[in-house]
Amino acid sequence: MNEMQFLTWVRGQGLDLAVSIFLLGVLWRLLEIYGLGRKKDLTAPRHTPGASGWHTVFRRSLPAEGMLKKSPVTYIAGYTFHIGLGGVVFLFAPHIKLIQSLTGLHWPGLPSQFVDLIAIVTIAAMVVVLVDRISKPVKRFLSTFEDWFTWLVTFLPLLTGWLAVRHLLLPYTSMLAVHILSVEILLIVLPFTKLFHAFTVFGSRWYNGTVNGHKGVVV
Amino acid sequence: MHGPLIETLARQGVTRRTFMKYCATLASMMALPPAAGRAMAEAMAAAPSASKRPSVIWLPFQECTGCTESITRSHSPTLEGLIFDVISLDYQETLMAAAGHQAEEALHAAMKANEGKYLLIVDGSIPLALDGAYSCIGGKSNLETLKEVAKGAAAIVAMGSCAAYGGLPRANPNPTGAVSVADVIKDKPIINIPGCPPIPVVMTGVLAHFLTFGSLPELDKLGRPKAFYGETIHDRCYRRPFYDQGKFAKTFDDEGARNGWCLFELGCKGPITHNACATVKWNGGTSWPVESGHGCLGCSEPDFWDGGGFYKALSMPANPLKMAAGAAVAGLAAGAAVSIVNRGKKSSARAAHETTTLADLEK
Repeated sequence: MNEMQFLTWVRGQGLDLAVSIFLLGVLWRLLEIYGLGRKKDLTAPRHTPGASGWHTVFRRSLPAEGMLKKSPVTYIAGYTFHIGLGGVVFLFAPHIKLIQSLTGLHWPGLPSQFVDLIAIVTIAAMVVVLVDRISKPVKRFLSTFEDWFTWLVTFLPLLTGWLAVRHLLLPYTSMLAVHILSVEILLIVLPFTKLFHAFTVFGSRWYNGTVNGHKGVVV
Repeated sequence: MHGPLIETLARQGVTRRTFMKYCATLASMMALPPAAGRAMAEAMAAAPSASKRPSVIWLPFQECTGCTESITRSHSPTLEGLIFDVISLDYQETLMAAAGHQAEEALHAAMKANEGKYLLIVDGSIPLALDGAYSCIGGKSNLETLKEVAKGAAAIVAMGSCAAYGGLPRANPNPTGAVSVADVIKDKPIINIPGCPPIPVVMTGVLAHFLTFGSLPELDKLGRPKAFYGETIHDRCYRRPFYDQGKFAKTFDDEGARNGWCLFELGCKGPITHNACATVKWNGGTSWPVESGHGCLGCSEPDFWDGGGFYKALSMPANPLKMAAGAAVAGLAAGAAVSIVNRGKKSSARAAHETTTLADLEK
């Protein structure tokens, strides 16, 4: 298989396979999670200001009091890499073109140099997050294989995409193919690992907020 | 500087100065040091008289003659054609006057007289299916001819994408079993000059290099001269700033197309195509595909016919996603099935629930 055939495969059958597993996994898990249901709480609801599902969705996006000072890397690098990842994935013109061809949805992109800058900052933030996880004994103790693995499958598309655009390490055609392949691995892994929080994060916050709000507890 | 070539050129009204400029341009195009231009000029000018010029044999196989057309179009009045004054093109079916047995004789005479020294140019792929019956010349299959002629060649130039990679004949499903020259010949230096067709100056540049230095220029891993195929179309494209700004033509006749914006979204394969079109251009520097408003097809890359369509952006799926809809349905079905099982578990747990009384605890 030469590099052109490799690229055509990842753009064709490989993409088909990855998107299929992704859709299968995401729909299965979403339906399963939301299909579980919960017992109806028959107690009379208490009303406390700021205690509701929606409040929790927004509140948990902000660091809890004092936590930013205690754990600045987690918050700052965490935010930087999440927002940066969103920017790189959804505001780079070739990515928008892919989404448009798959879903019909499209929006204006950012100039590629700007996306390049975001990519560098995001890569740096992800490295910082990893170093923090390694260097802090508690975080290291709490980390499982899944944590390291999901970091890697998130990092690789970012790194290979940036290397491809910058023509580093491998010829562009090969690096582009490796980049698409790494995204496909991410798509396949996402529904079955903690990366599924991309879909469940706000739902679970809302759920926790609602359950606790019923009891009058602000979380 | 004197020599048969200079005299011939003078008779054709081409000055020595023009010739020197041409050689300097060729050298700079090939990224050679400035002195190489002079060396090239001297080597070519000093080329021996007609009877002793280096012999070149050009074999056409499964091809469309587009490569030959491309080269011949550059002959006159441009200077590219002058290169042919320093070589002896002993066999080229399209250009030679001889035909039939005479042509075959010319081929064999050239092979015998220049054993081990001639340069072999091949255009077209070599069909292997049905014992090569898809393309024969003088009763011999292309495979036989190639093996026979390649034996005595100093080097082989695979001209055009068909000879270099199999090209169009090799496109899926490849009914003739077409292969490239390098797939057949393993023991000779081979230089690939892909393109559909290749740029004339690339060919003349390589020939000039061979004549001047007696060796092939530096090649990339696909056997292409780095001087011409070292960079991608995209990186040298004059429309590149629009790509970087995120300005794309969405159709061939919209505002963006009229403004000359980037053709990436219309399927341009410039980012993965290594060739010199963007710098050398075509038809004596008149224009090139992207300048004329059409995206690059990627013709100098292997398997460009099977690259997922000329009008699909590189970031778009090469083929429609066939399994995705089925997978989505399967996912929903699996989710629903698991949910039903879960609900069943819950209700059976509820049904099996026994109320614990004080009496039970005191038992």
